Amino acid sequence: MTKSIANFLKKPFICTCIAVFFGCLVACLILLITGYSPAMSLAVMFNAIFSRPKFIVNIILKSTPIILTGISVAFAFKSGLFNIGSEGQYIFSTVISTIVGIVFDFHPIIQIPLVVFSGVFAGALLGGIVGFLKAKFGIHEVITSIMFNWIALYFCNFIANSQMFHKPESDGTYSINPSGFTLLMYDWKFSDDGVRFFKQNPFWGDIILKTDFNVNFLVAVFASILMWVFVYRTRKGYELRVTGLNPIAAENAGINVNKNIIYTMIIAGALSGLAGSLSITGTSSHNVHVLSTFENNGFNGLSVALIAGSSPIGCIFAGLMFSAFIYAGQTLQFKTGAPSEIVNIMIGVIVFFVALVKIIPIIVNRFLEKRGNA
Amino acid sequence: MKKIISKLGIILLLVAGLGTLLFFVKVFKIASELENADEFSVSMVTDGGGINDQSFQQSAWEGLQRFSKSTGTHVSYIECAQISDAFSNLDKLSDVNTNLIYAVGFKMADALKLAAKANPEINFCIADFSYGDETPENITGITFRAEESSFLVGYIAACTTKTNCVGFIGGIRGMVIDQFEYGYRAGVAYGAKKLNKDIMVKVQYAESFTDSAKGKAIATNMYGTGSEKDCDIVFHAAGGAGMGVIESAKETGNFAIGADMDQSYLAPKNVLTSSIKNVGMALEIISQKALDGENIGGKTYSFGIQEGCVGIPENNPNISQDVLEKVRKIQEKISSGEIVPPGTKENYDEFVNKTINNLNI
Repeated sequence: MTKSIANFLKKPFICTCIAVFFGCLVACLILLITGYSPAMSLAVMFNAIFSRPKFIVNIILKSTPIILTGISVAFAFKSGLFNIGSEGQYIFSTVISTIVGIVFDFHPIIQIPLVVFSGVFAGALLGGIVGFLKAKFGIHEVITSIMFNWIALYFCNFIANSQMFHKPESDGTYSINPSGFTLLMYDWKFSDDGVRFFKQNPFWGDIILKTDFNVNFLVAVFASILMWVFVYRTRKGYELRVTGLNPIAAENAGINVNKNIIYTMIIAGALSGLAGSLSITGTSSHNVHVLSTFENNGFNGLSVALIAGSSPIGCIFAGLMFSAFIYAGQTLQFKTGAPSEIVNIMIGVIVFFVALVKIIPIIVNRFLEKRGNA
Repeated sequence: MKKIISKLGIILLLVAGLGTLLFFVKVFKIASELENADEFSVSMVTDGGGINDQSFQQSAWEGLQRFSKSTGTHVSYIECAQISDAFSNLDKLSDVNTNLIYAVGFKMADALKLAAKANPEINFCIADFSYGDETPENITGITFRAEESSFLVGYIAACTTKTNCVGFIGGIRGMVIDQFEYGYRAGVAYGAKKLNKDIMVKVQYAESFTDSAKGKAIATNMYGTGSEKDCDIVFHAAGGAGMGVIESAKETGNFAIGADMDQSYLAPKNVLTSSIKNVGMALEIISQKALDGENIGGKTYSFGIQEGCVGIPENNPNISQDVLEKVRKIQEKISSGEIVPPGTKENYDEFVNKTINNLNI
């Protein structure tokens, strides 16, 4: 009996739920201390996630980039590399996609793949350079990719302010040509007919009209399944995992470690690049802006990968959860008037507890041992 | 003994569990009852800058708070962490029975247009932007005649400079900053003509609204060594980059002129005056109109000295009394329409040709 309960508690999903629960409790404590009603706040957050189809769709849409950057980081982890550069790869990819999307204007069948793959290529390029420097000269990937983050940020600002792409009376570039949009029914939904139709069908209006409805999430799910198959079911994936676990043993077993480092970083960069180019084609404004700080699409991917325990499939759920907290946090802010700092601390505490999830099996085991001795 | 402790532990656990259970029941009860009160309410979305940005957004939120205090209206805000959140945030506010939603900042212009289309029953309003003739029926534009307050500070600068050279540092070129630049140039030219002097205006852009180090470097270069042809007064319209300009003025012992808010608290001895753009007051006026049931959609409102939304601070200890006296007269002339300060390059050229060259000294 106790054993089966213990095994049940040790399941990763249950562990995460327990962690979220305790995270919420501590967050409540913080709210109580700062003078906001915890019950009210949790209720607002619950409603902000589940109460309308629009909210759920928005959370799914907003989770797409962080799922993809999460997979990127998780994949690099598997082969022992820390891809902190996914932020830069993401930004660089958005910039290149935007440029390509503005300069070219083909039929959507050509335009969409062109824009998306230019971004993927841009991300892969940055990742590849980092991997090459690590493999050839042993320069640590963390230092090079952090520098690339800044290079990408300022490159983005340079392009956003450049004569050729800067849109007057704004702080960004022009939007890409509509042939590159991956929004569903974009032309129709904002036409008078569309608005009238959705007025009569508020459920679909909620989902399609009032969100940037797109299929990017399916791409992210597909990518994560593909990465799972690659890592666990192919020879190359096996080689990468061995390299990650013990590079010296891998070398002795005849695996070309240096080559694998470069491959890993190229793929990781491509995944972050995919995240960037999909946000350009799939979310409104479809352009890049002057960035004063990082927008954290890549850095949130780090948290997602850590919560998911570097599992590509886990990244989907971790990404959804993370996105739900961010989204609900903004609602919490305007419903209760809690400053954004408090909201961020709350989210931080919850994620912190989730990151501690590995403690739960250890506690359970301890408990079992004591029982056994008694 | 051990048994008692373990029993106590189990009881404590049960109590705690029951407590949390009750707590969550309460949470769900509140969640199911969270209906929105049917009252007039107003909210705003910031454009990436936080609500405490010491400038534009803060002024807007303070305005809404004043409005809330005087009328009892419910007001709220959302901060956009990323500018790509603008659409979903504007739309999110439309869920909660908000009557009037402000997008504070021109960056949200595109997102607002879509959100307004998706929510035709709600009034939206954008600060610092005008859609011109294409203003949708449920959007109200708010623009500021910042050239008027810039004209005043330009005139003050012309009357105060000792080196006969003043400077202007802008953020990024655009319609909004052009108003500051050309209003200022015109003010300086007007003052110079009145005093029968030649005053040079040096203009440079920081290409950033945040890079205060760059603002400081440009300003230090303009102040130079204090000899002939070096500026002794620099006006900034560069947001956060302007903080560096004021810092430089403090270090070199020259004057800076602030923008958007009264910035004299940053360096009381070195901020000559400020060109104020009171977003909050404009939001108060528009909210009042909406509350009174006036139809404000599809129009663009322009706010200037006449409405009390732009101007200079009430207390200017660094300006001499007779200059202040003259400024007051000019302020009245602008208010009555006798002087129309230019806000674009074309208008500036015209202003110099017509008004200044025909000025009787």
